[in-house]
Amino acid sequence: MYKFILAFRYMFRKRISYFALAAVALCVFIVVVVMTIMNGLVDDFKQKNHSFTGDCVVQSESLVGFAYYEDFVEILDKENFIAAVSPVIKSYALVSLAGSSRNSGVEITGIDPIRHSSATGFGKSLYYHKNNTSKTFEPDYEPNLPGCVLGIDLVLTRNAKGQYNQREFILQKALVVSCFPLTAKGALSKAGTGLVNTKTFYYSDNSHSALASADSSVIYLPFEQAQLLCGMAGSTKRANAIHIKFKSNVKLKDGCGKVAVLWDKFKKAQQSQKQAALLDAVSVKSWKDSRRSFIAAMEKEQIMLTIMFVLVGVTTVFIVFVVFYMITSHKSKDIGILKSVGVSVGGIVNLFSNFAILVGLLGSALGSFAGWLFLLKINSIEQWLFEHFQFQLWDRTIYAIGSIPNRIEVDLLAVVIASAILACLIGAVLPGWRAAKCKPVDILQVSQL
Amino acid sequence: MNKENFILQAAELYKTYRLGKANVDVLKGVDLTINKGEFIAIVGASGSGKSTLLHILGTLDRSDKGEVSFAGQNLAKLKMRKLNKFRNKTIGFVFQFYHLLDELTVLENVLIPAMAQKSVFGWLFSRKTAKNRAKELLARFGLAGRIGHKPYQLSGGERQRVAIARALMNEPELLLADEPTGNLDSETGNGILKVFETLNKAGQTIVMVTHDEKIARRAGRIITLVDGKIENNV
Ligand SMILES: Nc1ncnc2c1ncn2[C@@H]1O[C@H](COP(=O)(O)OP(=O)(O)O)[C@@H](O)[C@H]1O
Ligand SMILES: [Mg+2]
Repeated sequence: MYKFILAFRYMFRKRISYFALAAVALCVFIVVVVMTIMNGLVDDFKQKNHSFTGDCVVQSESLVGFAYYEDFVEILDKENFIAAVSPVIKSYALVSLAGSSRNSGVEITGIDPIRHSSATGFGKSLYYHKNNTSKTFEPDYEPNLPGCVLGIDLVLTRNAKGQYNQREFILQKALVVSCFPLTAKGALSKAGTGLVNTKTFYYSDNSHSALASADSSVIYLPFEQAQLLCGMAGSTKRANAIHIKFKSNVKLKDGCGKVAVLWDKFKKAQQSQKQAALLDAVSVKSWKDSRRSFIAAMEKEQIMLTIMFVLVGVTTVFIVFVVFYMITSHKSKDIGILKSVGVSVGGIVNLFSNFAILVGLLGSALGSFAGWLFLLKINSIEQWLFEHFQFQLWDRTIYAIGSIPNRIEVDLLAVVIASAILACLIGAVLPGWRAAKCKPVDILQVSQL
Repeated sequence: MNKENFILQAAELYKTYRLGKANVDVLKGVDLTINKGEFIAIVGASGSGKSTLLHILGTLDRSDKGEVSFAGQNLAKLKMRKLNKFRNKTIGFVFQFYHLLDELTVLENVLIPAMAQKSVFGWLFSRKTAKNRAKELLARFGLAGRIGHKPYQLSGGERQRVAIARALMNEPELLLADEPTGNLDSETGNGILKVFETLNKAGQTIVMVTHDEKIARRAGRIITLVDGKIENNV
């Protein structure tokens, strides 16, 4: 019992204990806040990539694409673990506003808007046709014109708060898209003649995937038109990728595995076909693998941040260690007295561990609470700072962040609190043990001199 | 003197302190027998090794050579756990500088020996009895009104009486006191000695260390420590 009474008294009666408490609280606060924001950003980024891609992609590494995709789409459509399938054309093109001679290079993505909206988050990324995806490529100002959807950053600017300057009614814009058609062998199909396919499309909607790379470079065209432009609509039609969405109860790994098996079977069945060689460049990837290069960079930052915070943790252990070292030296008389009345070394170590746990618990409670409060208000704080001082943590004209993520993950919190308590224990037990091991006479004698 | 009568016996105790390269031989063969119910004063010049001897008798320190036995049990043979229990149950220590825990109240200080060897549950069961005993002890020493005070709020004499109450908490068979009046004026010191006399009359065995012959004369037997040995047993 003395272990608890004394631990409490040391905690609340010694000013130096409050320093240890403050160190722990501050550390927990910083770790919780920064890790929450960072994890939030990473999760958010992953989720956007997931939404952009669907669950699984069967894709060719070559711009030539692969043949017989229609047969495979048919096979996939029949599978009951699959919710939606969307074949896609991917290529590059030059685009200019009609009447202007300025070109810019873009990625074109040919899709069936209904299929693609079921397989990915494409439909939700639209502005005018969010709830009416079948009419995606029908410009409101003239539904019979061939429409195109522009990555949002290609048409709109953002205000300082990061919001796009959307218009209530879409402006008429005609875009001339020039594409380089490729033969099945990969050669330019019109070599020596006109070389390019050119067609004019009309701005019918914009797509906001919140992925900077996509929003600033992708133009969506109707599937058949894109196929035609890219020279893939010959007697044997080709596509570049098939995006797949699984039913909600299907695990990503299982689903992708099943698709891979289906693909291998399909590929074997096509062996004798004329363009079977194109199928070799095709692979089945989960959305994570497909977007690997984008996500990996973000995850690397996350890992680096975690390492940095392990170092912050080490610093806290050291601070706690110093504080405990001071307290045990300060309280060596108490230790001598306790030992002289029959308290064991274990009892004294126990006393200081109780003290450490108390410091760790109170410190992390305080730090977590402050972190929670801060995260709760972080967006309003940022907004206030912006309104009064024009200060923004992330310049919204550059970063594709809406609000700062602030949902604390319970398991992160648990790990942080457990680590804080462990850190305190490490910091306390060592000096406690050292002090407890001293002979009581040495301590009591010294304080007699 | 029959065997039942003595509770503590020391034979041929040697103790040497090493100070750098120099050796300080403090005890050079001390023989001592303490009988039940005795009030013994150990006197000697400052630095003659009185405290060292008392610490060895109370198991706070060990001799280099020789043997201390309590009720026939060789204390050197006790394991750590038994030794802690021995310190807790059998010995009560009173120091010159009181050595109270500053963060605890008077009552809590007195209760420490009762808590020392108990688990939280054990303590919850025995708490009432222990508190009553502590309060009764404090009342006996005229401290009934100060149980909630902190040591810094007490005078030297009062602190020493708290320390005595703490030493008596577990009803030890042997009370060891190292210069218990050394830090007090003579009147207050006299009060402490009266407490010892009363305790001794009630049967408490006491060994008290002092450098003051006058104080020593209050005890039943005086042992003089000279040159690391007991000079004469009166
Ligand atoms: N821990 C120690 N280390 C070295 N020398 C010590 C230690 N404790 C006591 N001494 C020395 O031993 C001698 C006896 O000390 P002590 O027993 O305290 O004497 P007394 O209590 O009679 O004044 C002194 O010379 C003292 O300096
Ligand atoms: Mg002394």
